Amino acid sequence: MSNIHARFRVQQGAFKLDAEFTLPAKGVTGLFGPSGAGKTTLLRCIAGLLRISGGLMTIGDEVWQDTSRGIFVPVHKRGIGYVFQEPSIFPHLRVRKNILYGFSRITDRKRAMQFRDAVEWTGIAPLLERMPAGLSGGERQRVAIARALMSNPKLLLMDEPLSSLDETSRAEIIPCLDRLHRELSIPVILVSHSLREIARMADTLMLIDAGRITTIGPLHEVLPTLCATGDDQFTVIDAPVLEHDDAYHLSKLHTPFGAMWAGRAAAELGEIVRIQIAARDVSVSKTREEQSSIVNQFQARVTAIREITPGHVLLHLAPTDSENQTATLLSMITSLSRDHLQITEGQTLYARVKGVSIVR
Amino acid sequence: MPPVDWEPIALTLKLATVTVLVLLVIGTPIAWWLARTQSRARIVVESFVAMPLVLPPTVIGFYLLFLLGPNGPIGGAWELWGGPRLVFSFAGLVIGSVLYSLPFVVQPIQNAFMAIGDRPLEVAATLGASRWDRFWTVAVPMARRGFITAAALGFAHTVGEFGVVLMIGGNIPNRTRVISIAIYDSVEALNYPQAHILSLIMIVFSFIVFLLVYAMNRRADVMSR
Repeated sequence: MSNIHARFRVQQGAFKLDAEFTLPAKGVTGLFGPSGAGKTTLLRCIAGLLRISGGLMTIGDEVWQDTSRGIFVPVHKRGIGYVFQEPSIFPHLRVRKNILYGFSRITDRKRAMQFRDAVEWTGIAPLLERMPAGLSGGERQRVAIARALMSNPKLLLMDEPLSSLDETSRAEIIPCLDRLHRELSIPVILVSHSLREIARMADTLMLIDAGRITTIGPLHEVLPTLCATGDDQFTVIDAPVLEHDDAYHLSKLHTPFGAMWAGRAAAELGEIVRIQIAARDVSVSKTREEQSSIVNQFQARVTAIREITPGHVLLHLAPTDSENQTATLLSMITSLSRDHLQITEGQTLYARVKGVSIVR
Repeated sequence: MPPVDWEPIALTLKLATVTVLVLLVIGTPIAWWLARTQSRARIVVESFVAMPLVLPPTVIGFYLLFLLGPNGPIGGAWELWGGPRLVFSFAGLVIGSVLYSLPFVVQPIQNAFMAIGDRPLEVAATLGASRWDRFWTVAVPMARRGFITAAALGFAHTVGEFGVVLMIGGNIPNRTRVISIAIYDSVEALNYPQAHILSLIMIVFSFIVFLLVYAMNRRADVMSR
């Protein structure tokens, strides 16, 4: 299987980039880290917008940069798509011309992406004949995404595509990104400083801190290990839809922990949806609670206990059957409860999930 | 009403048109380089380009006369290679006007290029456009206001010049006698009606040129909406 492999080492004044990673050349990789960690710099190095000595970048059997062999493929010959943080569409071209700018510069053989698909996925059909000056931020960003797709890139790089937009514009773009994720077969690297944004789309999570890649792994595995602020800890689970219950407006999902009820999913039976569960929405008890308003209750094993804030601990919970060790639920409880229930690692408890939100 | 002497007017328009065309060809790459380079040589070139703004035109005219004259280092070599005489000719006027109006063309284009910033060019690169392609399909159209302003200023400034043309061109009717010199001559000869009519034509003409430029710039703005 083809991989993306990169290694960049540069010291620029106080800033240092010393990043090396190998990613599968498919799916969405979320690049997450605090601001100033080097996310954008790394993305620019991958694209070739920033040329540093001491760089190596390969995708499949193509070498884009190898300083030791004197190879540097200029940006315009790489076949990358780049969606910048602020929507950068050409002000002098109509939306249609903007979208076709990259498409008109590739050979017929590479023209796999259909114009009407790109336009439909991004929902910009009504804008095609408009000049950019009258468009909203969200509309511009969707045009920029369609334009990048139409250039049939081998790799799509997105640098915080939502961060410069207001709430309304974000709400327009998120379904469009979800659609891309479903339809697109090319690898995507998505930069964000919002974990929620990444958790929605990414399959792989790559963490960067002070110019170094610290962790790479499947989203489900890396997410629970992150030390976010206690309030915002959550995990994701991808689960197929087992059945819909239209009377109660619910859907039953097949998770490694057991069947889980969530709000009615806009998905077909058998389709995989992604759910987010916040640590503060998961409580534990020693016995099964029969008289409760909470319907989602599972047996789970405590795999780790972490102190997060004074007075609160975070329990890592895994399914009891040993085959499904990768799924994790987090539960935030008070230290008092931990001592009161005498919770220890390896113990089996009942986890009760109060809130399940389908994010995709 | 006295008969209008159209010859200097036609000559002036021809000179200004040729000068602007030459300036757009040589000024655009200079402006692009100045807008994009990180080189220290930039300030040297920038200062050189700006000099005609402050130098008395007669200084430029004097040095050009010296350099381009048949015994000058450039004019001498030129004639040795069989070139026609540069001073007191239309070609000499063009060379002088190009130097004299250089900042008026380079600076608006440079500012317009700088206002574009790196981002649109980076976007174009990621979409597969080579340097040359990005320049023509992104930089030039985005800087079109700068080009319109540059062409108008260069044209108007050339029409209005006096010192440089007098030094290098002299006052040969139908060859180098441009409108500003014709006005000066008329005044010297106490032919005030002729001076009046030529002056009035220049005033009306300049006004119309700028009216057109501002209208075009406005249209360019509206078009991008």
